[in-house]
Amino acid sequence: MSGHSSLERVESQRSPLLKPGGVSLSVEGVGKTFISRQQTVQALSPINLEVVAGEFVCLLGPSGCGKSTLLSIIAGLESASSGEIRAAGRKVQGPGTERVLLFQEAALFPWLDVQRNVEFGLLQGGVKPRERVDIAQSLIELVHLQGFEKSYVHQLSGGMRQRVAIARALAIDPAILLMDEPFGALDALTRDRLHTELEAIWSRTGKTILFVTHNVREAVALGDRVLVFSPRPGRIVREFRIDLPRPRLLEDHALVDVAAEILAVLKETIEEQEEIDGRGK
Amino acid sequence: MAEVSSSVVRSARSSALGIWTRRLAFYAALLLLWQVIVNLNIWPSYALPGPLDVFNSLANGIASGQFMQAALVSLQRLALGYAISLVLGTVLGILVGRFSVVEETVGSLILGLQALPSVCWLPLAVLWFGLTEQAIIFVVVMGALFSITLGIESGIKNTPPIYLKAARTLGTRGQALYSQVILPAALPSIISGLKQGWTFAWRSLMAAELLYFTLSLGNLLNNGRDLNDASQVIAVMLVIIAIGVAIDTLIFSTLERTLRERWGLQR
Repeated sequence: MSGHSSLERVESQRSPLLKPGGVSLSVEGVGKTFISRQQTVQALSPINLEVVAGEFVCLLGPSGCGKSTLLSIIAGLESASSGEIRAAGRKVQGPGTERVLLFQEAALFPWLDVQRNVEFGLLQGGVKPRERVDIAQSLIELVHLQGFEKSYVHQLSGGMRQRVAIARALAIDPAILLMDEPFGALDALTRDRLHTELEAIWSRTGKTILFVTHNVREAVALGDRVLVFSPRPGRIVREFRIDLPRPRLLEDHALVDVAAEILAVLKETIEEQEEIDGRGK
Repeated sequence: MAEVSSSVVRSARSSALGIWTRRLAFYAALLLLWQVIVNLNIWPSYALPGPLDVFNSLANGIASGQFMQAALVSLQRLALGYAISLVLGTVLGILVGRFSVVEETVGSLILGLQALPSVCWLPLAVLWFGLTEQAIIFVVVMGALFSITLGIESGIKNTPPIYLKAARTLGTRGQALYSQVILPAALPSIISGLKQGWTFAWRSLMAAELLYFTLSLGNLLNNGRDLNDASQVIAVMLVIIAIGVAIDTLIFSTLERTLRERWGLQR
């Protein structure tokens, strides 16, 4: 009985910093062409994409298909060669704290301990020290890293680093999480655990999530929708809506079937592209 | 788990013991060889004193307080010159690392001056300032400044782009990017520059002090030569080595190791 009420208290404490609700995102004709002295490379064909608030969308494709570039453009870290991005209807210009990008390398700052890494974005936003500590503390709890507040990056495992990165991103309370193969470098067991945790965080916070991966099962396990990208220049070739009940299990037969279907499409796309490239030569 | 780690510690400890035993044996053999050569009487004793003579000089110099006093004078000069280099080098390094115009112009000059052993500044310094403290500090600054500048510059330029991206996506803008991301990210490279700067400063200081008549380590070396007292010369050399090794291991190597480990550059 008392356990129940303390849980409720924790929930109500957290609610102001993890306001439920992401925002919508629209990508209109966004393309990217790299021009160097030697050559012009089209990395991304103009992409159109509508994401509703709170949706979990997975971008699936082979390495180098431009999906990371797209994420980077949405984050405002790279400029698009064409088109525009709107978050909650407002045009995106440069980085903004309503959109946060997460990386495969976790990209934690090695000169800061876990606590200060999580506080980093809050410090940039001018949040008061007391409040920073409180917010960071509750997020460290959320990602199950109590007791590691004073640890430095080199003392953490890959999975723990990604947890810290997620906490650091959530600290500034973004509406959209942009995740660029965040679990790509982890072992399968750790990855499964983080899938479960991410799904829980997502369903609790209702953030909009764009998740880049080249792992088909990962995409199916997490996404409301899976968008299959072609090899460079990247474009969306197929879209799958995943209506499987949550929380999803990787061993679930239905999930495995959907994954097999998507994998077939992905393979076909890659082969088609190889054929086109072959003819071009 | 605990057993494994304690046995690893034990074997590390015993191998460290092995290293020290071998080292001790080596130095004992060296001293013995030295004594044997002295006993052969090939060179006169004022040119090649025995280990015991040197030890006596060392003991006398320390007991009389002369070595300590001289070391303090030298270390004071070093500290002052190094502090000036640190301030100027940081400013210069940031400017060169940040603005390509400064890099193309001042940067090339710094690279050129870096190639000049700083004791080469001594004649000019003496012409400008006379045989004064300013002249000697100037030489020390010229020794340390450029290494420090280049360390900071290369640290800034080689900031891993991923840290910059992470900081920008978390809302870091403008100056904060420098103070909170680029400089801390550059610390390992900065420490290397600081270490090299100290080495150059120490060497040029010793060279410059040979010319001076006030009590200092370099001056004691020169004194020994004037008095035909090779054992004093060698004793002072040992003091210089001891101070150099102490500063190197206690300050710079420790700092470097800690940073490299924490920054994940070393396992």
